[in-house]
Amino acid sequence: MLLSLAPSALPIGIHGIEKRFGAVSILSDLSLDVAAGEFLTLLGPSGSGKTTLLMILAGFVRANAGSIKVGGEEIITMPPHQRNIGMVFQNYALFPHMNVFHNVAFPLKQRRVSAADTRERVEKALDLVRLQGLGERRVDQLSGGQRQRVALARAIVFEPRIVLMDEPLSALDKGLREHMQIELRNLHRRLGMTTVYVTHDQREAITMSDRIAVMNAGRIEQIDQPEALYARPKTKFVAGFIGESNFIPVECRNGSVWHEDRKLRMSDPIPAVGRHLMVVRPEKLRLVADGEQAGVLNMLPATVGDVIYQGDSFICYATLRDGRQVTLRDYCRSDVLARLPAPGEPITLGIDAQDVVLVADQ
Amino acid sequence: MSVGSASFDHAGKPDGVLNADALRADARRQALGLLALVSPGLFLVFAVIIVPIGWLFWLSLFDETGQLSFANYARFFEQASYIKTFVTTFKVAFVVTGASVLFGYPLAYMLSQLPRRAASICLIFVILPFWTSVLVRTYAWLVILQRKGLINNWLIDLGVIGQPLPLANNFTGVVIGMTHIMLPFLVLPLYASMKTIDVDCLRAGMNLGASPAATFRQIFFPLSLPGLASGVVIVFVLCLGFFVTPALMGGGKVIMWAMRMEQATSLYSNWGAGAALGVVLLAVTLALLGLFQRLLGARATGVWSRR
Repeated sequence: MLLSLAPSALPIGIHGIEKRFGAVSILSDLSLDVAAGEFLTLLGPSGSGKTTLLMILAGFVRANAGSIKVGGEEIITMPPHQRNIGMVFQNYALFPHMNVFHNVAFPLKQRRVSAADTRERVEKALDLVRLQGLGERRVDQLSGGQRQRVALARAIVFEPRIVLMDEPLSALDKGLREHMQIELRNLHRRLGMTTVYVTHDQREAITMSDRIAVMNAGRIEQIDQPEALYARPKTKFVAGFIGESNFIPVECRNGSVWHEDRKLRMSDPIPAVGRHLMVVRPEKLRLVADGEQAGVLNMLPATVGDVIYQGDSFICYATLRDGRQVTLRDYCRSDVLARLPAPGEPITLGIDAQDVVLVADQ
Repeated sequence: MSVGSASFDHAGKPDGVLNADALRADARRQALGLLALVSPGLFLVFAVIIVPIGWLFWLSLFDETGQLSFANYARFFEQASYIKTFVTTFKVAFVVTGASVLFGYPLAYMLSQLPRRAASICLIFVILPFWTSVLVRTYAWLVILQRKGLINNWLIDLGVIGQPLPLANNFTGVVIGMTHIMLPFLVLPLYASMKTIDVDCLRAGMNLGASPAATFRQIFFPLSLPGLASGVVIVFVLCLGFFVTPALMGGGKVIMWAMRMEQATSLYSNWGAGAALGVVLLAVTLALLGLFQRLLGARATGVWSRR
């Protein structure tokens, strides 16, 4: 009963959500299924509608149309205080007039939990976020990371079936943020609650999520596991938003893919006839040594623009024959360092056939 | 500000006292310079606050015949009318403060929940009477409330009442007039403090299972208390020394402290008695402020722990 390690998490079914503010459409016909116990991240730039969607889930914003089902029960018209959804706010939203204990005990008090039970559960929750013994502290005596943990403890102490998090780590500095990412992920694995997490930080999303829904202009561009999202982006937006990408124009004709007059090999099925963009991650580009001939390697001649040494790795900016700039990144292994090109030098860039990903050019 | 002129000795002194004298002299020079800068302000405070209050206190120690005595203070305990005035003053201050909270809190709450533009328009209506003369507003209330005033005429014409209600020239009239004048002093600090309450805190309350009413009671209201407290203190203290409205609206039946002072000085030309009244009012007000400070100071640590 007390913060059991695997509460029966519930799936969320979001269907056909529409949200307009006046004439401006924020979300249009948005549908999304979150599996029970899943950690799903809504990732997107500001204004993409991800926070609005979270607010609709929590019940603070009313949608114009759509359905939200939690474990099969429709909650779209349910007031926020009856939804039984835990939420961690961006600025923590701790109650400044209560100490840590009373902040965490607040949801239990509303549920008329007995005093002894409350004490036990609050202590357990504070234990979970490693704040044991700080119950008597005032909120303003806590550091940013500690406030974050209190907010987290408060959101899980009443064992909600769903937890929402609205950029909960954005106010922390980098080191603490990375630490908390791991901690949040481990906590999720222990408690197994269905979690919807909002962030604009792609690295954070990749680190923590089971699946990521990339949002843009009120729509979901792609929803996939982090590895798939990174390796096989389906749109130009996703390729550009997650990680760095080189976009090289290609054309499909006669059943093969061409960049200028070069035929490219790819392991994916070749798409329809027409113009496309080839997405190549900087670390998937290789400097090809003279005389090297690999069967599955696509070769592109280029000229070195600049080489930037970064200690563990280096970045090489090169210009293709059509004048397009591409970026190559590689680790500073000694064999690579030994033949690091100089600016102005002609080089050959290699791309593995299985790393060739095509997206629509728009 | 004055660093250049100090003599710096880099040699000849042991470690740790390098330039110690010059730095100390520089600090002293800076302190003196700052004192010189604030001296006009200090002089003004001395001339318009310390001197008149000292004079007032000095005057209060002499009776009508110019003899040094405590007769002016002894009168407070001997004459029942003084005690009655004192009680009336506090009664009016309490009732007006209470009425201001009753009307002001919902008003400030509504203002704080309105969208920004609507709130600023409504705020103008709160502040507008603020810019109108107290005298004009009080006479306006007289016109509205008196025996043959607007309200009584309407109610009689509508047949609601047979006899005019006693709304002016009594305690009720004083309270109505003063509440209207005091309301902005309560609403403005209260509104300002309500605006600082984080919307996410209220959302968090509801998210964690508190109904809107429970969220208001357990989160919004406690967080608005500091603003309410400062508004209450301002209104209460202003009420204690108020003159124009009780003088006009009371019809001579409600005698407050400040009216007693006016009587003593202009009617009886007894400056000592008036001064003693002033000193006692000042002392009581300061004592009250001190009390509020203590009470709210203790509360502030519990309630106002934002920073």
